[in-house]
Amino acid sequence: MSAGEESGAPIIEPPIIEIAGLSKHYGPIAAVDDVDLTIRRGEFFALLGPSGCGKTTLLRMLAGLELPTGGSVRIDGQDMSMVPANRRPVNMVFQSYAVFPHMSVLDNVAYGLKVDGVARREAYRRAEEALELVKLGGYGPRRPDQLSGGQRQRVALARALVKRPKVLLLDEPLSALDAKLREQMRFELVNLQESVGITFVVVTHDQDEALSMASRIAVMDHGKVQQIAPPAELYEFPRTKFVADFIGSVNLIEGRVEASDAGLIRMTAPALQVPVEIEQETGMPVGATGWLALRPEKVDISSEPPADAGRNTVAGTVEEITYLGDVSIFHVRLTADQPLLKVTIANLDRVTRRPFTWGDSVYLSWTPTCGVVLAQ
Amino acid sequence: MATPAGPLDYTRRLWVRLMLLVVFVFLYAPIATLIAFSFNDSRRNIVWNGFTLKYYEKAMANDGLIEAFANSLTIALVSTAVSIVLGALVAVLLWRFRFPGRTGYEGAMALPIVIPEICMGVSMLAFFSRIGWPSDLIWPFNLSAIIIAHVSFSFPFVAVVVRARLEGFNRELAEAAQDLGATEWQVFRDVMIPFLRPGLVAGGMLAFTLSLDDFVITFFTSGPNTVTFPVKVYSMVRFSVTPEVNAASTVLIVVTVVMTAAALWMQHRAGVKAEEAAG
Repeated sequence: MSAGEESGAPIIEPPIIEIAGLSKHYGPIAAVDDVDLTIRRGEFFALLGPSGCGKTTLLRMLAGLELPTGGSVRIDGQDMSMVPANRRPVNMVFQSYAVFPHMSVLDNVAYGLKVDGVARREAYRRAEEALELVKLGGYGPRRPDQLSGGQRQRVALARALVKRPKVLLLDEPLSALDAKLREQMRFELVNLQESVGITFVVVTHDQDEALSMASRIAVMDHGKVQQIAPPAELYEFPRTKFVADFIGSVNLIEGRVEASDAGLIRMTAPALQVPVEIEQETGMPVGATGWLALRPEKVDISSEPPADAGRNTVAGTVEEITYLGDVSIFHVRLTADQPLLKVTIANLDRVTRRPFTWGDSVYLSWTPTCGVVLAQ
Repeated sequence: MATPAGPLDYTRRLWVRLMLLVVFVFLYAPIATLIAFSFNDSRRNIVWNGFTLKYYEKAMANDGLIEAFANSLTIALVSTAVSIVLGALVAVLLWRFRFPGRTGYEGAMALPIVIPEICMGVSMLAFFSRIGWPSDLIWPFNLSAIIIAHVSFSFPFVAVVVRARLEGFNRELAEAAQDLGATEWQVFRDVMIPFLRPGLVAGGMLAFTLSLDDFVITFFTSGPNTVTFPVKVYSMVRFSVTPEVNAASTVLIVVTVVMTAAALWMQHRAGVKAEEAAG
């Protein structure tokens, strides 16, 4: 999605964060490996990946809590690569919230201002304001051990925001909350970000969190950035197998590219009885190995072959059914010795009988715009 | 009818109760007798002749004893202060940094805890006479040798207590302070010290009581003008155990017990707080 840049639209503001060739090596192990990344002003940016992918290390290098072994970090146009954490215009909300247990809530929030030499009264006034902002007005005199987990997180947010940082960094901000509160906090974080207008960079291993909150997401694996894109693009147009597999649920079918022209890729796969045709812009060399990534909810399931049968239609039998409340997942066997194909169907009606049951013969079909063929 | 005693109901078995009683009698009867006879109106510690406080008055009037007590308190206060600083620094060093020989250093640091006191005393005596440490300075500098000796055996206790507390420290607290703009020193002052306070207090109490009633090491490092309370009591006992000695000892027992109880209470409170924070 680099269309905007190619059309020559003038860049009004320089990016708030520019990361170039950034690496962090611990001995022979690269936690972060040659990462390039730009984050625009006012973005809600998410670093998403499995644990150990280097996303937290990257965040800590933005905060200055780790120093890079290679490459550079520029924040608001200034090289910050080797500047320690206490002299960077960024603040962080820690995974454990790290609320100082021996200080009152108000003292916690005012701490960052006090060490900056802000006068006592002014510091407390601004701290009260920040507490209002996170809906903790009047909680100032309380001790942290009198607060719930969610409230402690708000204290951590207020404490970081009160310093008016150029970037707010959040390390797994919702992981310590229970499921209901987590969902509510997603909205609140997005609203908060919009109202304060500060760039947020959030680290998460939870794809739902990233998809629902972020304006752009960088998916990381093994210290490298796999893809940077807005949520919908990431989901619909993954660029690598890893991204397709990590974001949401997907059927990955290995095959061979037979033809690739005019935006149409034709592929054969041992798991599928017929060749598949997929519309996509990026072509692939004929004869190359490709993986068809097919989202389970984009596959149609029917007992009779569809009208335009033949194209992207395969037959199989239902082997397993997983009921999840809102959807049911049908695991369909197409060919012996090949993995089952997952198909999800929304449970729209409160039906007691499923349309299909174990052992039923079914036809699966999908349109050429539904899948993506990936090279790696 | 009472239910039969369960496998862990030891306190309901007669022989266990008897055993406990015997142990307590052996442990505390001498101390109770010592305290009781400090109020005995008799020159000898054999028969009870009536209540009096005159031996406390006599002890108060004994200049040598008061001087020894002042020496002991001075030594204990100074060596405790030094031990707290030194012990805390060692603990933070061991916790914060990785360096070659760290494990060995940690072991060597704790050595004075296990080395027999008599060996420590002899080695201190040999050390101070070998380097010609001045012993004829004016008060309180004449106590310097004893203070150094006391620091050397009490700072490991502080270090061990503080080190244990540091294990429970959330490093993100220090990082959060740094992230908010605090320098290394401010992080230490505003976050680490408040967190370590219960450990510092408990370690300090330990160092104080250890120093106050130490006899063996002090005996080897003290000179004729630097008599401490335990050494003085020993010299008085050599002639006879008078109620005056009882009175003086009672005072020392009370001071030590109060200090230890305070240290235990501090640690208990820190533990409760840590549990609350975790839960």
